[in-house]
Order: sequence, then structure tokens, then C-alpha cells
Amino acid sequence: MINYIIRRFFYAIPILIGVNLLTFALFFVVNTPDDMARMNLGMKRVTPEAIEKWKHERGYDKPLVFNGSAAGSEKFTDTIFYDKSVKLFVFEFGQSDSGRDITYDIKQRMWPSLVIALPILLIGLLTNITFALLVAFFRATYIDFWGVVLCVTLMSISSLFYIIGGQYLVGKLWHLVPISGYEEGFDAFKFVVLPVMVGVASGIGSGIRWYRTIFLEEMGKDYVRTARAKGLSESLVLFRHVLKNAMIPILTGVVVILPLLFMGNLVLESFFGIPGLGSYTIDAINMQDFAIVRSMVFLGSILYILGLLLTDISYTLVDPRVKLA
Amino acid sequence: MTDTLLQVENLKTWFGTGTGTVRAVDGVSFEIKRGETFALLGESGCGKSVTSLSIMRLLSQPAGQVVDGRALLEGQDLLRLPEVKMRDVRGGRIAMIFQEPMTSLNPVLTVGEQICESLRRHRGLKGEKAQAALLELLDAVGIPDPRQRALEYPHQLSGGMKQRIMISIALAGEPELLIADEPTTALDVTIQAQILELLRTLQKERGMSIMLITHDLGVVAELADRVAVMYAGQIVEQASVREFFNAPQHPYSRKLFDSLPDINKRKSKLAIIAGSVPNLGQEFKGCRFADRCEFAWQTCRDVEPVWQISNEGRGIRCHLYDAQLLSGRPVSQAASVAVEEDVVPEKENQQISLLEINDLKVHYPIHKGLFKRRVGQVHAVDGISFNIETGRTLALVGESGCGKTTAGKAILQLIRPTAGTVYFQGTNLNDLRGESLRKRRADFQIIFQDPYSSMNPRMRVADIIEEGMTALGVEVSRQSRQARVDELLTQVGLSPSMKYRYPHEFSGGQRQRICIARALAVNPKLIVCDEPTSALDVSVQAQILNLLKRLQDELGLSYLFITHNLSVVAYLAHEVAVMYLGRIVERGTVEEVLQNPRHPYTQALLAAVPVPDPDSRREISPLKGDMPSPIHPPAGCHFHPRCPHAMPICNDIYPGETVLSDKHRVHCHLYQDLAR
Amino acid sequence: MATKKIIGRTALALASASVLLVFAVSFLPVRFVVLWTDALIFILCAMCVGFAAYASQHEHLRAPWREVARDRVGVVAVVFLSAYLVIGLLDSVHFRMPLPDVKQSTEQQYSNDVLSVLDWMATPVREGVEKSYSAPFAAHLYVKETVDLPDGSKVRLYPRLQHGGAHLNNPEQERSGDILNTSLLSVIEGVVVWAVFTALLISWLARRHHRSVSEMFGLVMRGRTEIPWHVILLTTAILILLAILVVNLSGKYHIFGTDKVGQDTFYQTLKSIRTGLVIGTLTTLVMLPFAILAGIAAGYFRGLADDVIQYVYTTLSSIPGVLLIAAAILMLQVYMATHPELFETAAARADLRLLFLCIILGVTSWTGLCRLLRGEAMKLREMDYIQAAVAFGVGHFKIIGRHILPNVMHIVLISIVLDFSALVLAEAVLSYVGVGVDPTMNSWGNMINSARLEMAREPIVWWPLLAAFIFMFVLVLSANLFADAVRDAFDPRLRRSGLRACL
Repeated sequence: MINYIIRRFFYAIPILIGVNLLTFALFFVVNTPDDMARMNLGMKRVTPEAIEKWKHERGYDKPLVFNGSAAGSEKFTDTIFYDKSVKLFVFEFGQSDSGRDITYDIKQRMWPSLVIALPILLIGLLTNITFALLVAFFRATYIDFWGVVLCVTLMSISSLFYIIGGQYLVGKLWHLVPISGYEEGFDAFKFVVLPVMVGVASGIGSGIRWYRTIFLEEMGKDYVRTARAKGLSESLVLFRHVLKNAMIPILTGVVVILPLLFMGNLVLESFFGIPGLGSYTIDAINMQDFAIVRSMVFLGSILYILGLLLTDISYTLVDPRVKLA
Repeated sequence: MTDTLLQVENLKTWFGTGTGTVRAVDGVSFEIKRGETFALLGESGCGKSVTSLSIMRLLSQPAGQVVDGRALLEGQDLLRLPEVKMRDVRGGRIAMIFQEPMTSLNPVLTVGEQICESLRRHRGLKGEKAQAALLELLDAVGIPDPRQRALEYPHQLSGGMKQRIMISIALAGEPELLIADEPTTALDVTIQAQILELLRTLQKERGMSIMLITHDLGVVAELADRVAVMYAGQIVEQASVREFFNAPQHPYSRKLFDSLPDINKRKSKLAIIAGSVPNLGQEFKGCRFADRCEFAWQTCRDVEPVWQISNEGRGIRCHLYDAQLLSGRPVSQAASVAVEEDVVPEKENQQISLLEINDLKVHYPIHKGLFKRRVGQVHAVDGISFNIETGRTLALVGESGCGKTTAGKAILQLIRPTAGTVYFQGTNLNDLRGESLRKRRADFQIIFQDPYSSMNPRMRVADIIEEGMTALGVEVSRQSRQARVDELLTQVGLSPSMKYRYPHEFSGGQRQRICIARALAVNPKLIVCDEPTSALDVSVQAQILNLLKRLQDELGLSYLFITHNLSVVAYLAHEVAVMYLGRIVERGTVEEVLQNPRHPYTQALLAAVPVPDPDSRREISPLKGDMPSPIHPPAGCHFHPRCPHAMPICNDIYPGETVLSDKHRVHCHLYQDLAR
Repeated sequence: MATKKIIGRTALALASASVLLVFAVSFLPVRFVVLWTDALIFILCAMCVGFAAYASQHEHLRAPWREVARDRVGVVAVVFLSAYLVIGLLDSVHFRMPLPDVKQSTEQQYSNDVLSVLDWMATPVREGVEKSYSAPFAAHLYVKETVDLPDGSKVRLYPRLQHGGAHLNNPEQERSGDILNTSLLSVIEGVVVWAVFTALLISWLARRHHRSVSEMFGLVMRGRTEIPWHVILLTTAILILLAILVVNLSGKYHIFGTDKVGQDTFYQTLKSIRTGLVIGTLTTLVMLPFAILAGIAAGYFRGLADDVIQYVYTTLSSIPGVLLIAAAILMLQVYMATHPELFETAAARADLRLLFLCIILGVTSWTGLCRLLRGEAMKLREMDYIQAAVAFGVGHFKIIGRHILPNVMHIVLISIVLDFSALVLAEAVLSYVGVGVDPTMNSWGNMINSARLEMAREPIVWWPLLAAFIFMFVLVLSANLFADAVRDAFDPRLRRSGLRACL
């Protein structure tokens, strides 16, 4: 087991190097720092001096990968690649283009993100599984049919409309909770309720349908027939036999996104004014703050790879057939 | 002990509605007495499993519907019982075991939990009491070390063990009737013998009735008291096993016996049942077997035969036994009843060696650990040697997992061997690479086990057969290739007009014929037949065996026939090699090996095959245990942990070859002194 | 056999018609502009027609499609999708109008505005620009303005619209009557058109099935045909009625109101259809070759090829999709901003950004399909028929082409149709995030985004949201239902999961 985890860490390294190179190419090779500076300072009437100043303030005035004018190992370390990309490996995200400390921002903002994303995941999981079991229990009846119709309808609505509709109804029409905003501590509750509700609602259609498919697939298997042949009641068959098997794909599918919950939900956070990493990213995109976007790309990959590792480990915990070696 | 336990009357189960209704079970009636074993015999698709599922009310709704009939369990109609009451019957009074022990157990629950579920449901046992009952049950079904096994998951058990667990689940509710749906079909013969023995003892001890559903006449003879033969959704004959095996009456039953291959039929063609099972999606007017029956006359096609019970209590559904109707039968046809037995002369070919295998090995490495080091290997094929002469058949016999299929593919270079030589007409195929190997490929071809996966579903038959010719440049022009396709189809007994169809339009037997035609297309000298008949029904198997035999005579082909079915070997092969755990333990001519087996494994294998003759019910103790894993084969003789004659030396040294006759060789310490 | 002939002939007719069209078009006094996405769309259409012609000759390809055609929900979805498709195609033929010859030059000058056929057809609506917001069917602006009265005084009032309801003298009293009249008239027109359509369809069916027209009519109306024609007719009836109603009404009113700068919302949402379709289809088209090649190569050859391909797709899929898109689009923005000389017109610029968005979406979404195909190819290479082909010495690439590719195509198809609706929905979110299509391009995402900014306004401006909602919802719902039907027909393993399996 330990062996396996160590090996997986070794596997992760080339992937992270790949991500790193890709982002470096995307951010510094496709467009030169000059282009970015010009873009940031407003396209027209930009003096070369202003560009140089902008670049110098942010450390973009160094050579890309090889610094001929530096001495010794600094030939390689005093470069944009080393400063901006290699340092990501030790979680040194550096400064944003507007001069803020990215690492500090991330540490501050990941908690509000989690406060939103975790309840959405858990409540969503619970609702979806409950309804999917219900639909599967009544399979091949009108309840099943209309249940699926409703699911397809719900999943055909853009998530933006769930947000807009929720804000309008709950916030504006009924005045139950504030439309947007966030506070620390227990006051967060009233700000969190609506986004969580909306988040759960927008995932419910596809969620139920997906779990229903898993349940139905399990219900077609031979061991279910064996369970019925024992004289077990349908609900016992469903809860004891089917659910336990179906939880394997469901749980492992959830585990892979667990680390990514820190990254937050882009649209939801910005609509509801939650100061999480999601709205942080959106603001960065809108302000064209490349340093932040670059950091988030790398952070996202690390969390995803962590998720993959957790998935493999969770398999050994829930599926007696899988042994990692 | 003669009172009736279960009485099924006029059971009808239909699938689908409207025009496409499939009448899978169409008016089946029978009764099962207390303490007897009743066998329902029939080929695939005849409705025997559906019958049992209908009685248990386990059909997947709404696809299958019981539309008529009664199933009385001591007078109580199961088909009209409320679902809640029915659950007390299921697993309580009637229990069921299924064909596939591999998938029939819940993979995420321990074996003990699954048995206890039934104990609690039907006997209300919990805690200590349940634990005690559980251990008792596991012991009863012959599971060693039950306390440990109860905590294991199904995937940790072998196929035979899983089926024992299934049986113990069924026994947990102390049922009066056990329905066994093809309980041994998925298992190897030695394991099958164990399970059949187990069922027999359990029945003796507990006095329960067994309803045995099977396609295997041997299993029926071994276990059953009475038998009913099903054909196309109806029971066509019913009798006590002794009467049935002495004199089967229905033309279909008789044909089933005739089409069984065995060593005494070597010189003749096997009887076959022409045509195929009728589509059950239609309304029948006359007898369902009429189109395939050689005794049929006009009345058979017009009037549906009724169920008649003779004085001895035998039942039959056939006009031949209806004196009134039989009188109307044209005399001229009655004469043709005698079956023509065309004798196939056994040719004595010149003994030219075609293929020589020497010490062939296929090992798969196993990687493990931090850097995927090679920690061991699977000894799939571990040094086998034999040779095949032109126009002869060598059968490679063994149970699943012994490496026989891998050996076949390694010879054809579909899997590259790890070591050894494969001399084909003097060339070592293992040395050939790329183009030079490709050029030789026309000489050796292969036919596969599963006729459903051996043809690309997106290609037409003509293209499938043509593929090899194009690839190997056998016929250059398109026209000559098409002509050859026609010729080949005729040769394997199909019509050339079928060549524009797709594989899914053919039945299993027809597909296997097409596969044979495809192999023949490149004029091979050797064909590796990898269990070509094990997915087919007995009557269809006979057709394919006849075809293979005829082709060998006409074209002088050599076969490497890979199989686990010893009666097919007896009928078709000239020589036999018996494989166990990657090695050949005994080989020789068919007569030598099958009639005078020397290796204890061969002896056990032969003894385990159920014989379709109730008089020869054996009192042998079946082979113990399972085949070990080919990753860690036992030291010394691979067979010694299961061998009844094991000696101390067997634990340490793998026995060398003992030459018993010109062809007969064996690897066993018992015969070391007999070496010539 | 008869159907084969008919389909073959239809393909021929279509081909010759398009040749004629191109020929005729070259005489029109406009200058045609083929944008990048236009070209790809037409290539895609040609591929579809070609595949249809090929499939009609091969039973195993035709059978699952017949299954789709038998599915009632499926055909309803197809009818709706085709309506969208027609609008999208009309919006994909672009040209530039000739400018009036002012300078007497010998060379004809063309306008800088790139128009599509749809724009041309909708000229009154396109050009009926108001000053600012107006509600659906309104005759007045939604905001008060200070108006100079003839006597010199100034009042704050809702001024009349210049186009919407301009034909009415007294909107308060006349409007409902006028709308009702127009609607009734439209219904009558619709019924007539539908009757003609039905008659044509039934007589065609009658000829095809060698039955009399009245007999065929009976069969169709009672739903006794293999393909549920009565359902198709009902759906088209609804569509035709709606279309005529909308055309007639939008000539007189802004049926979905106008936006901040007074543009007709209905026109915008119609234009958004093309954007949605392009993203939904071209993305898949762009990524398909890579996914198929890489997936099959990895699964079939294993070894080093497998390792490399797995590494590439694990790396790509480890970057959260939105972030990768955001990064790429940001870079594109910079590039486009610094190289303005590359684009002849604003339309070309927006179009290229759309295409690039498709490519980026493709890059992020091919990994899923690739993984699926790799698994399938691994399973297939162990199949007996491929072993048989190896035993014949058939080469690797022939085996892939002949045995593997045709047997994974159903997976490819299912994933194409399943992806479509997800991509249409993704466009809206991406445009909201600011990394979607060009802000000047009409898209539902941009519509929602700009309407959202007005959410705080009292009373609320709801119609752009409604319009975008309806059009997007119907498209995505149809696509989802169609995907269900296709999956049921093509995937034998999932046969029980779809809608039809419920009953």
C-alpha cells in the first residue's frame, strides 16, 4: 500500500512537469511579455518605457529560459521559466500582476470555497442517490418514466438560469436571504444557503439519471436474482445488495473531485459574491491577471492528481476485490 | 414418499406482446414427488430455465409474463400467491441454484453474510445460533476450514467452491425442493463430479426433492429419477430415467442419443437433427418437431400431437404413439425409418510428420513493487512436446486454465512462445519474423470456441471468407475469389446465396461452419480447433464433428483439437495428449489413453465424465480440491496434492517421461520402473 | 431495395441541386464570404450526407437508425433539431452587399458588413432598432425620456417606439385586437401550409409503399406506420404554426422586446442559434480525429504508444477544463489585440475566435472519448475475429481499419450526440466567465450576461433572459432526447437505460 502510494507520487511528477511546460508555453511563448504588458496598460499610446517598467515590476524582464548575462547557475535560475514556472513545484506562486501575494490569497480564499462546495457535494449526493433509488425501485412504471422525463428536462436548463431564478425568487421576491455577499463565522450561514440550494438543484437532473443508470445496471446482475431467490424483500435487495455494489462507482467518482472542492465553483461564487478561489479566478480572468491564472492552473492539476490517487486508494477500501500492490 | 410436492399444470410463459410474442414456455405440465430428483432435459432456448424461473416468479418483469397455468406446491398455487407470501416460499420451501456461480454471488458481501441472510430470513437465526448453523452448513457442503472461509469474499474462492456456497445458501432455508439450473455447466468435469456427488449425498441426507435442469444426458443419468424432455417450449416425453435410457421413444429423444459422440461411433457418421429449433415467435399448427423429424408425415404438420400417458406411466407427445392416427400414415414412408449408417472408412495415411513441438514454453511475467520489478511468471505453457502427422487429429485435453488454448495460439505464433521449437514441415516457426512468417500463415489456421465473437459483426460473410485469401494472395482475381467463396460455402454445407448476409443472421452452428470455411479458404494443412463445439448444443455439435471428419478425409487436413470434452475426443481424435497445469502428463493413441489410462489425473478425468447410462452409476470418489495456480505450481509432480497415489518422491521431483509403447508416454513416478 | 434506390436518388438530387445552387449564386450581385466556421459546417454537412448515402447501402448501419426513427420521442426531437439546423444553415451563408456606386469606379465596392441569408431575410427586424429597452409587444419604450413638446415645454414620458407597433394609432386600445387578428390570420395560413405539407408527404409515402393515397392517409393518421409519421406531422404542425405566427407578428412588434441599445431580442436569439450549433458540432469534429487515432492506437498497439498517449491525455485532463480554456482564450485575446491587421472584417475576427474556442474545447474534451476508445480497442484486439485476421497475416493498419474502427464507431457516435448538449450549455457559462465567444457575437451566453447586469433594475428587464432561456432549453432538450434515442439504438449494453425502456 505504502509502496503503491510512493509509486503513484513518482508517476505524478512527469505529469506535473507536463502541465508546467504547457502553461509556460501558453503564457510566455505564444505571446511575449511585451504583448501582455501592452494589453494590460491599454493598447494605444503605450510608451516603451511604461512597458519596461511594467515588466520589471513583475519580473517579466528576464530572459525566458536562458540568461546569458548571468553568472554560474544563475544562467538558468535568473529566468522567467525558473521564477515563474519551476517555483510552482514548491508552491511558491509569487506575486500577482497587480502586486498581491498569491499564496496568501489562496490560503484566505480556499475556505469560503469549501464552505460552498462541500455542502453542495454532500447534499447533492444524498438527494440524488435517494431519488435515483426511488426511481429505480419503481423501474418500468410511469413513476420511472416521468422521473426520467423530469431529469432530462432539468438537465436541459443552463446552470445560469438556476442561479438567476434562485436569486430572483428567493432573494428578490421573497426576501428570505441576501442575494449575495459573505461573512465569516456563523453569519456565513444565511449567505451560503441559497448558493448551496442552487448548486444542488442544478446538478440534480443529470445526477439522478446517472445514478439510476448505475443502479439499473447493477439490478440486472445475477447476484440480484440470487438475493431474490433467497426470499428477500425488494427493498432489502435494493438497499443491501444493489446499493452496496453501486456505491463503488459512485463513491470513487466522488473522491476524484474531493480535492478540487478547494478550487470552488467559478460561476456560483461570482454570482453570489463569495470571496472564494472561484471568484478569484474569474476576477483574474477579467482583469487579465496572468500570474493568478497560471497559479490556478497548476494548483488545479495538483489537486486533480491528488484526487486520482485518493480514488485508487478508496477503491481498496470499498471494493474487496481490489488490492493495490 | 410418493406424495406429490409440486404440480405444474399447463404453464405458459410468454415474452413481449403483440406480433412479436415469444412463447418460451407453452403449456408445460409435470409433477415432482417428495424426495425424488426430476430432470428437465433440453437444448438451449427450449424454455427449461424459463419454466423454473416462472415457478419461482423470478422472471424479469415486465418482459416475461406467466399468462396461464398453475404451479401447486402441496395444493397452494404459487402463481397466484401474494408477493409477500411468495417470499416465504422462495428460499424457504423452494430454493434455487444457478448456472454461473461466478456472477451469482454478491461480490462485496462475505460468503458468511450471504448465507446468514437466508438463515435469518427463513429460520429466524441470529448471532451465535446463526454462526453455528452457518458452520454446519459450510461443513455439509464440504468446504474445508469453514470458520475462515465464511469471512472471505466470493472472488477469493474457486468456481467449484462458489457453487458449493450457492448450494449452502439454498440449503439454509431447509427447502423441500431444490431447483438446480444447470448447476455444473460452467464447471470443469472433475469439479462437476464433486458437485454432483454433493447433491446426491445432500438429497439422501435431507430427503428433499431436486428439480434438475440440464442439457447433459450424462448428468441426468447420474442424478435423476425421472426425466422430462423439453423441445420448443413443450414437454415431448416423460419417463423414469431407467426406461428413458433403455428406450427413448420420441424421435427427438432418440436423436439426442444418436448424436452423442463416443468411441464406438468412430467408424460412422454421427446422427444429426436436420435444420434448427423453430422460432418460438410463431403460432404452431402441427408438431413442433415435424420439420426436423424423419418419421413425420402430413398429419404431423397439420395436427398438434396431444399428451398421452401410457400404462407404465410414461408420457409422450407424438403421433407415432397414437394408434388411431398412425394408421393413417403412408406405408412408403414407414420403410425409411431405418437410419442409414454410412460407414466412414478409417484411412491409414502415410505417417508423415507435419508439426513437431519441442519443449514449448509460454511464460507471462508478473510485475510488482515500486519499480515494477519482475517478481515471477505465470507458467501458462511449461514445456510441452508432441507431433502431429498429416491427416491425423491430435486432441489436447485438459481442464480450464491448464494452458491448452495458450499452447494452440503459441503454435500459430498468435502468442510468441518464450522458449522451445515449433517445427512445421521442417521450419521452426519461432524463428520466423515479419514477412517470412506471414507467407507461411496460409498453412496453419484456427477455429475458435465462441462462434459469436469469432466473426466481425460489421462484415458480410463473403468478405469474412475472402479476407484471408486477399491477405495471403491465395486467389488473385476478384472473380476467382468469389467463385472460391461459393465453393467453400457449399463445402461446409451452406448455400452460396448466403454470402451477402451478416453474421448475426446465422445460428451458432451455421456460424461455426462459416468459420470453418474461412479457415479453409487459404488451403491450410493444419487447423487448430479451439473447443469448436463446446458452445453448441449436442445435435449441432454432431453436425460440426461430422463436417470436420469429412473435411479431413477429403482434404487430408491435420487437426490439433483442443477440448475438455472427452467423448468428442473419443469420436474424433487419433491421438490424445492430456495437459495439467501447463504440462502434458500423458499422451498416446486414443485407445491407449482412453481405454487404458495410466496417469492418475487421466484416470480421474475419465472417471469424472458422467456416462449417459443410469446403470453405470459409479461409486467412485471424485478428485479432491482444485487445480493450483500456474503462478506457483506445486513442487515436484504438479498433480501430487490431489493425487490419490501420491508417494513421498512426488513431493520433490517432477517425474520424467516413461515410454509405455510406441506412442504411449506418461509422466508419473508410478510407472518409472516400467520404462522400456 | 426500394428505399435504397430512393435514398440513393435523393443523395444524387441533393448533390446536383447544390451544384446548381453554387452556379446560380455566382451570378448574384453580391460578394460571397466564406468564413472559417462556414466552411467547416458545410464540410460537416457533406460528410453527413455522404455517410447517409453509404449507410443506406449497408443494413447493419441502417438498422440502428431505423430504431431511432421508430422512437416517438426521438423523432419529435429530430424535427425540432432540424428546425434549428435550418436556421443555423441559413445563418451560415455569408455575403457582402454591393455598395451603391457613388465614385463611378469600374470596380464594384462592397459593404464592410458581412450578412447572412438569415440577416437578409430578417432585414426589417434587424434594422428596426429602437433607442433602448422595450418590453415584448410594447409600443412604447421601457424608460422615460424627456421629450420636447411642440409648445416648447418638456415632459418625461415613455415615448412611442419607431418600429414596434408603429402602425397603431392608439396602442392601448388597438393592440390586443391587432395581435389577435394577426394571430388568427397566421393560424389560418399555418393550417394551409401544413395541409399542403401533409398532402405532399402522404402522397410521397403512398408512392414509396405502393399504396393508394387514402389508404396511406388512414395508416398515417392511425399511427400504423413503422416510422411514427403522425407524431412527425403533429410536431411540424406546431412548428409551422409557431413559425408563421412569429414571422407575422415580428413584422409589426418586437415580440421579445429590445435590448439596451434597442436591438430586437428575438433577432439576437435567432442569431445565437448558429453560435450554439457551431460550438456543439465543430468542437467534436475538431477533436474527433485525434481522439479516434490516439485512442485506438493506444489500445491496439499497447506498449510505448500506449504509455505516451496515456501520458498526454492524463496531463491534459489534469488541468481543470475551464482554466485551460480561460488561459488559452486569454492568450488568444492578447494575440488578436496585438495583431489586428490579420482580420479583414469584424465578423471574420469574431468567427476566428469562435473557431479557436471550438478547438480549445476540443482539446479539453477529447480525453474522455480517447480513454473510452482505448479501453474498447483493448477489448476488441483480444476478440477472436481479430486473432483470426492476425492468423491470416493481415497487417495492423488493415485490422484497425477493417475490424476495430467499424466496431467502435457506435461509441464515437454516442459520445458526439451526448457531448452536443453539454457543449451548448458550456458556451453560456464560458461567455459568462468572459472566455467564451467574442462579445460582439450573438450568443445566448452573451445575452444572459448582458441581461444579468440589468438584474438590479426595477422593474426587472426579463425578456432577454426569457428568449435565451426558451431557445436554449428547446435546443438542449431536443438534443438530450435525441441523444437518448441514439444511445438506446446503438448501445446494446445500455439498452435499458433510456426513456423508451421505461415502458
